[in-house]
Amino acid sequence: MSDPQTTGLPANVPVLPPWLARAVAPLPLAPLQPALALMLSRIGQAHPDLYDRLGEHAEKRFGIDPTDLPFAFVLEPKPHRPLARAVRDLPVGLDASIRGPLAGLIGMAEGTLDGDALFFSRVLWIEGDVAAALALRNAVDDARIDFGRILLGGLGPLGETVAQELRRRMRLQPAAGERTWN
Amino acid sequence: MELICPAGTPASLEAAVEAGADAIYCGFRDETNARNFPGLNFSREELRKGIAFAHRHGVKVLVAINTFARAGSFGLWQSAVDDAAAAGADALILADLATLAYAARRHPAQRLHVSVQAGVANPDAIRFYAESFGARRVVLPRVLSVMEIASIVRESACETEVFVFGGLCVMEEGRCSLSSYATGQSPNMNGVCSPASHVAYSERDGRIQSTLGGFTINSFGKGEPAGYPTLCKGRFATPKGSGYIFEEPVSLDAAVMLPALRDAGVTALKIEGRQRGRAYIAGVVRSFRDILTGLEEGRSARTPSLAALAEGQASTVGAYRKGWR
Repeated sequence: MSDPQTTGLPANVPVLPPWLARAVAPLPLAPLQPALALMLSRIGQAHPDLYDRLGEHAEKRFGIDPTDLPFAFVLEPKPHRPLARAVRDLPVGLDASIRGPLAGLIGMAEGTLDGDALFFSRVLWIEGDVAAALALRNAVDDARIDFGRILLGGLGPLGETVAQELRRRMRLQPAAGERTWN
Repeated sequence: MELICPAGTPASLEAAVEAGADAIYCGFRDETNARNFPGLNFSREELRKGIAFAHRHGVKVLVAINTFARAGSFGLWQSAVDDAAAAGADALILADLATLAYAARRHPAQRLHVSVQAGVANPDAIRFYAESFGARRVVLPRVLSVMEIASIVRESACETEVFVFGGLCVMEEGRCSLSSYATGQSPNMNGVCSPASHVAYSERDGRIQSTLGGFTINSFGKGEPAGYPTLCKGRFATPKGSGYIFEEPVSLDAAVMLPALRDAGVTALKIEGRQRGRAYIAGVVRSFRDILTGLEEGRSARTPSLAALAEGQASTVGAYRKGWR
């Protein structure tokens, strides 16, 4: 039996402990909004080709729902005015929604886990406009976005260390000496 | 045997090169290639840069222009051929007779491969493509046993390439229009089978239902591996129970057939999956590189099972081993 940590296979994607979800549930979402805006801005500057690859789907509204967190995100990747906001529940009327554990969503976005395999194994779930969801997945996969570095980059070497530790704890990055596919 | 690997994006191309591909196949971002999916494929500039990157690492790039040219729009296929040749493609993978004739006439030095979309499955057909257009290699459809492949190789001067991993096509490639009956689009004409724009997933009574063009294709119980709603992989409900009639949602994994394919004289092994992400491409390519290296060194390589990356989380050796014959 191969270990998913050493093969990159999507089996046993870790789920955040329920106590963590309970602990952050009462916290206000307002402080998240500037961090999301900063992240989108940095992604747009670092990966301008992403919007070109999204094509017509850049104008659509996406819901990103980490099922092990007590909040979700609405993403509108418009090239000139990208928007992202945290919400308690996804609103109705979104073009497409992607649901799954945070580690699966980040692993897919960073290209360490295969999105199709996560879907086939029922770890991830897509609703709505499947073409838009695929375009987003493909555009992000090509962009090779390092979310940890983007979010924590302002902290310098400390931010990089924290990002690596978080990734290791979420089993998206092997410890030193371990074999990885990527 | 050469390892031919898919790339739907520049990032995937680099991942395949780094994972040990001998050659990458990819296509333009339009209906000239049979993986015309949203968010995928290469602009002219991306292809030029991708070829330069691959060549720096000693890896070839094969450009798939393998749909059938539409009447009145042949210029799209002609410019794809011209631009791929100008970008330095090591070979063009073509299916349409007119596109093959154009490429052979306009770019006589360009290496041409016959796409699986052409459905070339016997020595006489291969001879026709070789003599008419100078085709150097034929990608064989996934309907042949190893014995049939060996027979074709013995009677042909053309190189042969076969699929060893990825999505399976139960119908003979290039001749299936099933998708167009539900969606108006087919792989042969529009470059897409069961297009994502016509796919929907919904939950009903605890089961996940997948539909294509409004037709229910399958439903999956809690915990049951899911599949993409391709028409030929639909599950049918009958008074005697439900089941698959044409094909189950499984993927091809012919890793165990590699020694037999080598002995049959196959030139190149192809991995399907230009529509898949970098993680799939890096993982599958590295696994097959390890197996091939082991084969060349006379040992068997222990590699992790790739079933978790497969549709339906299951794999088959397909027609290569026709036990029912």
